[in-house]
Amino acid sequence: MSEMNTPAYEQKIAILEEKLNALENKVNSLESKDPVLEMQHVEKHFGGVHAIDNFSVKIEHGQIHGLIGPNGAGKTTIFNNITGIYAPDAGKIIFMGEDITGSPPHKVAQMGIGRTFQNIRLFSNLSVLDNVIIASGMDATYNLPQAIFHSDKFKKREKLLNDKAMNLLEIVGLQDKANERASSLPYGHQRKLEIARAMALDPKLLLLDEPAAGMNADESLELVDFVRQIRDHFKITILMIEHHMDVVSNLCDYCTVLNFGKTLAVGTPAEVKSNPEVIRAYLGGNE
Amino acid sequence: MIEAFNNINAAVCEFLHINPYIQGVIILVCINVIAILGMAVLTGFTRLFSFGNAGFMAIGAYTAAILIVRHDFNFLIAMVLGAILAGFVAFLLGSLTLKLKGDYFLITCLGFGECVRVLLNYFKKFSGGSAGFPGIPNYSSMLFSILCAVLAFFIAWRFIHSKYGRNITSIRENEVAAEAVGINAFRYKRMSFTFSAVYAGWAGALFAGYMMYVVPTNFALNKSIELITTTVIGGLGSLTGSVLGAILVTLLPEFFRSLSNYRMLIYGVAVVLIIMFRPNGLYGYKEFSLKRLIGRFSKPKAEAGKEAAS
Repeated sequence: MSEMNTPAYEQKIAILEEKLNALENKVNSLESKDPVLEMQHVEKHFGGVHAIDNFSVKIEHGQIHGLIGPNGAGKTTIFNNITGIYAPDAGKIIFMGEDITGSPPHKVAQMGIGRTFQNIRLFSNLSVLDNVIIASGMDATYNLPQAIFHSDKFKKREKLLNDKAMNLLEIVGLQDKANERASSLPYGHQRKLEIARAMALDPKLLLLDEPAAGMNADESLELVDFVRQIRDHFKITILMIEHHMDVVSNLCDYCTVLNFGKTLAVGTPAEVKSNPEVIRAYLGGNE
Repeated sequence: MIEAFNNINAAVCEFLHINPYIQGVIILVCINVIAILGMAVLTGFTRLFSFGNAGFMAIGAYTAAILIVRHDFNFLIAMVLGAILAGFVAFLLGSLTLKLKGDYFLITCLGFGECVRVLLNYFKKFSGGSAGFPGIPNYSSMLFSILCAVLAFFIAWRFIHSKYGRNITSIRENEVAAEAVGINAFRYKRMSFTFSAVYAGWAGALFAGYMMYVVPTNFALNKSIELITTTVIGGLGSLTGSVLGAILVTLLPEFFRSLSNYRMLIYGVAVVLIIMFRPNGLYGYKEFSLKRLIGRFSKPKAEAGKEAAS
């Protein structure tokens, strides 16, 4: 009892409280205040074609945001601008408070943006497990001599990578296929593997490019559950491109509708669906 | 030190009754194995084609030769320095060219290899010109060469089976996807290029110690082409396959000496046939394993049994 009342002890508690507050603030700012991704007036031209025209969006933590629009509306171009495959001609892209406009793709990935591709891009000749392990390369912190002499650090890190990858494969339900060639998986499993690979980056934002492409109604419904599970399990934010309106209305909190690079409408899926401009763009109609 | 190595080598060879001709062939095999292992990492695993690796061999060979003959360096140190210099040149060349897409890298390598040869011809005082550089002590004994080849294989194996190997393989498989999972493709391509040049320089330094005399034509474009074809024959993505390819390509000309004029022609036909029938080389992406070999021999029987049962 006497020890608890000493000034030194009180001071310690005060310091700890201060630290705790700072941490809480940090968590709050991470989770709610700052948007995870903010795009401000982004433009991208290819020759005379305005692929994206003055595009702005704000995605808050934990949201699933849909990006919809007819073919050629500029959806994938937006993804490519975020992930650094293209540098925007104008505008700013801010991720977790940091300006990532024009950063190269590997930097953007290392900062915590994982993505999948419209036409699946796996490391086809490698095993399912290796596909995921390669993506967690940031955890492989050993150097070349340590790798050549198989030092303790190398062994520990490799085991950690292996366990992490197996864990991810278990979450997406591919643990039994770990040693199979990635290209030998059926289509639906390849999509899941691509998501598992993106998750190996420990991303804060996941970009899904038409995850339900080529799936029938049942498979799409399963995908909706799967994506929601991923979001809840990893507490991440998702931006997805999708054509299937049932997937979008089931899954997305908000969506942005694009047409010819311009933003037509923003809102919840229900709002967007009843917007006359959107209906006109999708179904056609007289000006 | 050279003498000590050579004495042990002589004793071993006498004990095993290995005549000098066979020793020479084994040394050549070892030299080619080292150069090909470098090519396997670059071409097989990263899918970058270099028509300039003979140039790196020349850098290794001449560096080692000049350091030993003119500056009395220990041959081990001279060999290591030769390999490092080759790697350093590749690092610089890679920094300049690997950001280019497509075939530009290949063209630069081709030009680089020829440049090295022309420069060696031109700077006569430095390199002996086209008359060659003589007087190199014979330090590449059979035993020493085998030792080098085994060490080279060990290092390459560990390199490939670590994050470095995985990352360069992912670039081969899909560069866009590799970048999307945080791999700096440029950096790893340059690393792979440097690795292959260090191995080429190492092989070149061994070559100098075996021939005791080097001329620029040893490292002409033909040598680079031979290195690439050997890699393609052995397997694009297999270290053991590459070793097998190196052994085959070194031994076959020895068996068919009478056809030596048609050597490049036969290489060409071999590559075309392999691309037609086994597009990933003899071994493809697989490594040699005893288990699979045994499995392959026992499988037909098992399948035959199944068919009989049904």
